[in-house]
Amino acid sequence: MSIEIKMPALSPTMEEGKLAKWLVKQGDTVAAGDILAEIETDKATMEFEAIDEGTVTSLAVAEGAEGVKVGTVIATISPEGEVPAAKAAAPVAVAAPTPAAPAPVATPAPVVAKPAQAPAASGARVFASPLARRLAAEKGIDLAGVTGTGPGGRIVRADIDGYAGGNAPALAPAVPAAAPASAPVPAPVAAAIPDFGIPYEAEKLNNVRKTIARRLTEAKQTIPHIYLSVDVRLDALLKLRGDLNKALEGEGVKLSVNDLVIKALARALQRTPKCNVSFAGEELRKFSRVDISVAVAAPTGLITPIIVDAGSKAISQISKEMKALADKAREGKLQPHEYQGGTASLSNLGMFGIKQFDAVINPPQAMILAVGAGEQRPYVVDGALAIATVMSVTGSFDHRAIDGADGAALMQAFKDIVENPLALVA
Amino acid sequence: MSEHYDLIVLGSGPGGYVAAIRASQLGLKVAIVERELLGGICLNWGCIPTKALLRSAEILHYMQHAKDYGLAAEKISADLNAVVARSRGVAKQLNQGVTHLMKKNKIAVHMGTGVLKGAGKIEVSGEKGSETITAKHVIVATGARARDLPFALADGNRVWTYRHAMTPKELPSKLLVIGSGAIGIEFASFYNDMGAEVTVVEMLDRIVPVEDADVSAFLEKALKKQGMTIMTGAGVEALDVGKGGIKARLKGKDGKVVEAEFSHVIVAIGIVANTADIGLEALGVTLERGIVPVDPYGRTAVPGVWAIGDVTPGPWLAHKASHEGVTAAEAIAQELGNTEVHPHGLDRNNIPGCTYCHPQIASVGLTEAKAKEAGYTLKVGTFPFIGNGKAIALGEAEGFIKTVFDAKTGELLGAHMIGAEVTELIQGYVVGKTLETTEAELMQTVFPHPTLSEMMHESVLAAYGRALHI
Repeated sequence: MSIEIKMPALSPTMEEGKLAKWLVKQGDTVAAGDILAEIETDKATMEFEAIDEGTVTSLAVAEGAEGVKVGTVIATISPEGEVPAAKAAAPVAVAAPTPAAPAPVATPAPVVAKPAQAPAASGARVFASPLARRLAAEKGIDLAGVTGTGPGGRIVRADIDGYAGGNAPALAPAVPAAAPASAPVPAPVAAAIPDFGIPYEAEKLNNVRKTIARRLTEAKQTIPHIYLSVDVRLDALLKLRGDLNKALEGEGVKLSVNDLVIKALARALQRTPKCNVSFAGEELRKFSRVDISVAVAAPTGLITPIIVDAGSKAISQISKEMKALADKAREGKLQPHEYQGGTASLSNLGMFGIKQFDAVINPPQAMILAVGAGEQRPYVVDGALAIATVMSVTGSFDHRAIDGADGAALMQAFKDIVENPLALVA
Repeated sequence: MSEHYDLIVLGSGPGGYVAAIRASQLGLKVAIVERELLGGICLNWGCIPTKALLRSAEILHYMQHAKDYGLAAEKISADLNAVVARSRGVAKQLNQGVTHLMKKNKIAVHMGTGVLKGAGKIEVSGEKGSETITAKHVIVATGARARDLPFALADGNRVWTYRHAMTPKELPSKLLVIGSGAIGIEFASFYNDMGAEVTVVEMLDRIVPVEDADVSAFLEKALKKQGMTIMTGAGVEALDVGKGGIKARLKGKDGKVVEAEFSHVIVAIGIVANTADIGLEALGVTLERGIVPVDPYGRTAVPGVWAIGDVTPGPWLAHKASHEGVTAAEAIAQELGNTEVHPHGLDRNNIPGCTYCHPQIASVGLTEAKAKEAGYTLKVGTFPFIGNGKAIALGEAEGFIKTVFDAKTGELLGAHMIGAEVTELIQGYVVGKTLETTEAELMQTVFPHPTLSEMMHESVLAAYGRALHI
């Protein structure tokens, strides 16, 4: 009896995915744990492992196929040692070389009749507590759209309670559970845009790009942004970084300016908790922990891995985590829990020499800090013109949740911390 | 010379030594500081040795009731010294067990009194002088001690704390137990079974006041039947400790003051956290009434300083301390860069409590009254021991199991039991509660026959009017 391999749900919000690459072919023997395929979801490319062992009898979906619904059969595997009845009965293209082959078909077993029973009832299994299931059913919440915070990502009561506002997981709210993920904003718009006969090459949007488009549109359409800019002297922070790196040389840690800026933002948010919030319809969520989402340019597009609890982590710790997360982001291997969530974001384009810019808020968060380049500028110190290293930063705030004065207090705190950076190591 | 660690655990009780083991499992370099005995109060002076004492009392009780089972036992007597010696032997065996566990997990044991001298810096003063050890993180797990009565400090002679009560040289003839929490009631039960005349005084209006009111009422009746005197809503006005005994002035529920004489007094009016003189406040950790405030993972307000167990808000139970130890160790490993661990904060509603009096008590979650107070509409089921075949066969037909559900969602809110072996039964509910069970899964579960556990099933069924054997 062959085993059907179905399109897995690799993230809680995944409804369909692209079969980016097959890593096995028909006739291959696979063991549990072997990588069968790479599957591209709306945010990342993930490896899909075999759970059973046996011989691959068919690949039902072609490499590169898009929009494959979760639960669709993508391949079949015949367990080792069993005569693959299916193979004999329906020779899947390979049969050609030996025309004599049909002979054995006549003899075989009466076993054939049994239909292949799917090991899982329907699609991938959603892990949820009995209470969470019952509450979700009562509230009409689709568990597939809920991010679990229990052991092993299991959905527990708190996740259902927290879902009421609709924005517990960062990605869930944007897609109303019913709407197919492929439908949203960009596609119809693109179709209507005339090309005026200018020659061009059309590149299909990947899932990451579609998600970026959807979420940024949502942010700009629904969040009234206000922007607050401030110039910050960097000299003290650069000196501290130099000293720290000298001290850490033996440990193989090298702190970047960005690592210190992450910490500075986290500390500033701790000092001004009114900015570490989320606007959630009927309520304002005041977070007691600061999780910083850091924008990373990955080959497939922008993604924001999270430094959890950045406020209480040592800078060296932040540096290590950031390095690991950025590497994963570039390889498209971030796990959903590593990029879903966050209480505020940081986007740094300083390395490109950008002087100052305004960033788009990453919903359901309520603030993002846009960091420009640190550069030597004429600067007035004690009434005299001098040269100082200065960087311009701009905070974008959700004005529904954060008043201008509170946003300004955060920017002031950030400036104070960067200019007196010993607070970062205290 | 100074040793540098990832983690130093201050105190080796059930919170501290478990935290150290978990941290070591996660690859941290760990030291533990202990001023007296590895294993702390729990296994040297608390949970374990009292269970050994109570086991002796239980067997004595069975021997006295041998006739009920068709057996004869004559000239039954108790040798108090031998009973205490067995209890100490059990404690010693477990203490050596912890020593072995520390060795096995490569945890450096520093014997001596530890005092925080700065962030991640501990001075340990022991018999061999003092040394300073340092670490990235420190877990404070220094536990608690018995609270004293201001007007009658425990002297170990006639006024005892749990510690004196555990190693008596003589059997009290007339014993006054002040306080009817778990500790007070267990010793009252032990000495009552051993033949002392016992009086229990409780300030609140019922004994074992944290338990469900039905459990308190049932226990009071059972203890009175065993010959104990129980005074609730009562207080001790004065204790006059003399050579020949103690004169106590007890104020009853009705406000009348009576004088009574006792040979010994056990003071069991709660505990005091060991948070003074260990350098916490100098480091910036503010105490709230002697207790260290922490987040769900054990973080104090000072980075790198963590606290677990009896120095943090209650309940003051060994298993709660151990669980917090594991959580804190995992959170520390995470801070040190381990991305594989995913610690979960402790849900206080899922911490079971067990009292080993006779009959035993066990519970988890909300009592019926607390659940009502919280605004739930309830489904409550109670099933008595007398309806259970195994209980009758054991000759233990006294007690009941009560289950409390939220009528709206079917959420298991609490379970409360009293009777033989219930301390071994409560875990079924705790697992269910932690998994967020509803009545449906409990009803669907097949319970083995014949066992006491069938009462759990029946109690759940009873909440929905479906009990089978009543």
